[in-house]
Amino acid sequence: MHAHDHHDLGTPAVKGEPVTLEIDGVSITVPAGTSVIRAAALAHRDIPRLCATDTLKSFGSCRLCLVHIEGRKGTPASCTTEVVPGMKVHTQSEQLERLRRNVLELYVSEHPMGSCPASAGCELESLAAQHGIRESRYAVGTTARAAHMPAAVDASNPYFVADDSLCIVCSRCVRACEDQQGTFALTIEGRGLESRVAASQRQPFFESECVSCGACVEACPTGALLEKSVIAVDQLPERSVRTTCAYCGVGCSLIAEVSADAVTRMVPDRAGRANQGHACVKGRFAYGYATHGDRVTRPLIRERITDEWREVSWDEAISHAAAEFKRIQAKYGRDSIGGITSSRCTNEETFLVQKLVRAAFGNNNVDTCARVCHSPTGYGLKHTLGESAGTQEFVSVQQADVIMVIGASPTEAHPVFASQMKRRLRAGAKLIVVDPRAIALVKSPHVAADYHLRLLPGTNVAVINALAHVVVTEGLTRDDYIADRCERESYEKWRAFISDPKNSPEAVETVTGVPAALVRGAARLYARGPNSAIYYGLGVTEHSQGTTMVMGIANLAMATGNLGREGVGVSPLRGQNNVQGSCDMGSFPHEFSGYRHVSDDATRGLFESMWKVQLGSEPGLRIPNMFEAALDGSFKGLYIQGEDFAQSDPNTAHVTAALSAMECIVIQDIFHNETAKFAHVFLPGSSFLEKDGTFTNAERRISRVRKVIEPLAGFADWQVTMRLSNALGYAMDYSHPSQIMDEIAALTPTFTGVSYEKLDRLGSIQWPCNDAAPQGTPTMHVDQFVRGKGKFHVTAYVPTRERTSAKYPLLLTTGRVLTQYNVGAQTRRTANLAWHSEDRLELHPHDAEARGIEHGDWVGVTSRAGDTVLRVEITDRVAPGVVYTTFHFPESGANLITTENSDWATNCPEYKVTAVQVVKVAQPRAWQRRRQEAAPAEPAVSPN
Amino acid sequence: MDVQRLVAMANDIAAFFDAESGNAAPEGVRNHLSKFWEPRMRREIIEHLRKGGEGLCPTASAAIEKLAADPSVS
Repeated sequence: MHAHDHHDLGTPAVKGEPVTLEIDGVSITVPAGTSVIRAAALAHRDIPRLCATDTLKSFGSCRLCLVHIEGRKGTPASCTTEVVPGMKVHTQSEQLERLRRNVLELYVSEHPMGSCPASAGCELESLAAQHGIRESRYAVGTTARAAHMPAAVDASNPYFVADDSLCIVCSRCVRACEDQQGTFALTIEGRGLESRVAASQRQPFFESECVSCGACVEACPTGALLEKSVIAVDQLPERSVRTTCAYCGVGCSLIAEVSADAVTRMVPDRAGRANQGHACVKGRFAYGYATHGDRVTRPLIRERITDEWREVSWDEAISHAAAEFKRIQAKYGRDSIGGITSSRCTNEETFLVQKLVRAAFGNNNVDTCARVCHSPTGYGLKHTLGESAGTQEFVSVQQADVIMVIGASPTEAHPVFASQMKRRLRAGAKLIVVDPRAIALVKSPHVAADYHLRLLPGTNVAVINALAHVVVTEGLTRDDYIADRCERESYEKWRAFISDPKNSPEAVETVTGVPAALVRGAARLYARGPNSAIYYGLGVTEHSQGTTMVMGIANLAMATGNLGREGVGVSPLRGQNNVQGSCDMGSFPHEFSGYRHVSDDATRGLFESMWKVQLGSEPGLRIPNMFEAALDGSFKGLYIQGEDFAQSDPNTAHVTAALSAMECIVIQDIFHNETAKFAHVFLPGSSFLEKDGTFTNAERRISRVRKVIEPLAGFADWQVTMRLSNALGYAMDYSHPSQIMDEIAALTPTFTGVSYEKLDRLGSIQWPCNDAAPQGTPTMHVDQFVRGKGKFHVTAYVPTRERTSAKYPLLLTTGRVLTQYNVGAQTRRTANLAWHSEDRLELHPHDAEARGIEHGDWVGVTSRAGDTVLRVEITDRVAPGVVYTTFHFPESGANLITTENSDWATNCPEYKVTAVQVVKVAQPRAWQRRRQEAAPAEPAVSPN
Repeated sequence: MDVQRLVAMANDIAAFFDAESGNAAPEGVRNHLSKFWEPRMRREIIEHLRKGGEGLCPTASAAIEKLAADPSVS
């Protein structure tokens, strides 16, 4: 069932020259290739249909959308008939009514009126009622499907029910699974009344290949596939609110349907430019964490981290936090405190936190959790292309001829974009995967990588250099493009460097583990495109040479002319919903919003004038530097909004020692987390459902977040920051986040044209949005690079310090699974646990056999930083010598073993390369057992 | 601050600029330290250099010497 306020146009939009036709006497102009049913809907002459919906290509099976077309025989189906100039269409006649009633009666004979729950919004029953049908002439004996399928209900999926007895076999679910999601998990099996939708090999949905994206549920015109949450309320929603998903960097536009002030269903917005009407198991279904019983809704304070928490009023908590920060600054100096913005929070909230630090704390000790994921992207792209952001919009992938995916697993971490990518691959685009692991894209239904460069972790730069070496030495560079658009001197220097035989695929083969012939083939494929696009993830950035690798990617794209138009580009797949936005908003300690250095007098003067305070011109501490400063006693207080260092940052022992050394840590979050164990003040946060604001996704798209329910703790996060600032003596007075956005626009050249009014009008905006681009900028660097001429950088491969040895012979790398998200604070509190309830260590069969390890065994994983115990999964997804785990569960302690190595330019941690040993053990470590047994691990709270 | 950590960071930065900038590498490193290192970190690495600079590579040492010559730093 589509969203209740959606006007379904029958078939998808197409692009084409304008065509004018007449429908029931109404003239309408639509693009060539548009179906008659869509043209009619646009002319407000909706034609009945059951197998057609505007997210799927026409199918022409239900025979309801028949029309008359002057000059044509018969009654063609309007969903499969394209418009023609001058065409005259009639949608109503006695004959059509008779035909439609007959078809409807046939359907009703199998699906009697009243079969579906009222909340299902059954399109069949609604249409039948519109045509005055209460029962069917054909309903005799046991024609109803229910009589043939007494055990037809499959409730195995945690979020939806499949009831074959309500199915009308329209195939919308099957087509949604194929066309929209690209999983091909569903089919129609059987004939006549025995025909039914089957998941995989007639398995329960939960056990099938279904990835629970929900596209089939939304496509279903009856109650055959229906959300359990909808069945539970059994009424139509009272209201709908358009907002933006708070999970990954795709930033899907969602419609929250609400009854009795509770979300009953989340439906992807079909007008959403990023997601184009699609969603994943997290965004569509896993929103229940927002009202989970673990939510902290009362402020808490304590003197020492060994004390019990004490519930206090907001006033007391804010006053206490402010007094502590003032005390610490008076004792240890102005630079002894800092703040952390969150990529989970809105642009407006991150902007306010960095403003609080710079203006109220009086220093630049502000950083963001983006430090530990995509900070190298900002540095690398800024220095090569001139802007710290991806170059494309997602739909650009539909114009790509060659797609290179480096260090990313889109089907797991960015599933909605992965579906768009797979659609393009099924249409014929070529695929190069550069990853130590055989990610799902390497081989999945109707998609297979043409090249999988299965490199050893830590050798990205050697591989990108080898690819570029082939391009340069085989004459595959776009010399005209380079001469026109890039700095000649930097290119000549880079060309000389990259041409050196030491960078050849043959020379680096022993280092990277990738056969030279594969590198040469992939390089030729990418260079010859003609449209080649690179998408990359944290497998690029989270390395000691993360920034160098980003530069190497930009070098390759410039050398082959693959920047500045649709279908090409360099696109970082951002991990969290607002990584791009938190970086844009001046969350880094060295720069203001819009990536302008704090030492720039003109920029600083602009902010000083607006904020009426003198600002520092020196960079502040980055997160890892804060830990070091805490350990040496010069950094004592920290305001943390929506970040869990103690679980997410590397070398946990080092992090917790630093946190323990501080005198006042103020946590603002929706749940108690690992870091809160070291906190002195807990300020309840608000989920994305409880506030207004904006998120900026991986394609620079700014989208509105709209309040769906009232904040559980009484305040949105931006209001809490404002109160803290006021308590510190620096006045902030906003009554709505739109005013904060107005301030951002006034201070940030790439945002000058952004306002809530425009966002509401356009739906979303990709920055830069200013006088030069009032509607935003879908594709960057079109005529020239933002920095003017593109700059090549020499990207010498420098091996990481993290090496295998006899003691630590395996290389550990990390990632995510589809159903869980980052440290799991949200998804662990949803039914997604049904799919993934623990982190596992992937181990190659050869390495397992050599150690006497079997599938499901507990294994100890030891690095020079620490050790933990995980259950093992034996798989050849990883290569011999490489192991892999996720980090969604705190009891896994994945970051106990990661090291303090970091990117040379940005200090982004090197999560992706840790030398380890793996040995079979009898059971989890004692502390892990205690955690597992204590779940849910709620801290002690004493009453007021 | 753990000075050995600062030394490692400075050497990593130097490794990039050695390849990128050749003879100009120390200036590249100095500029990077000025733009991205918080003053107390710069002061500590300068102090470490003054004590002999153990562990610092030549480019990092040269860069920190330039940094130390900047009166606004120390």
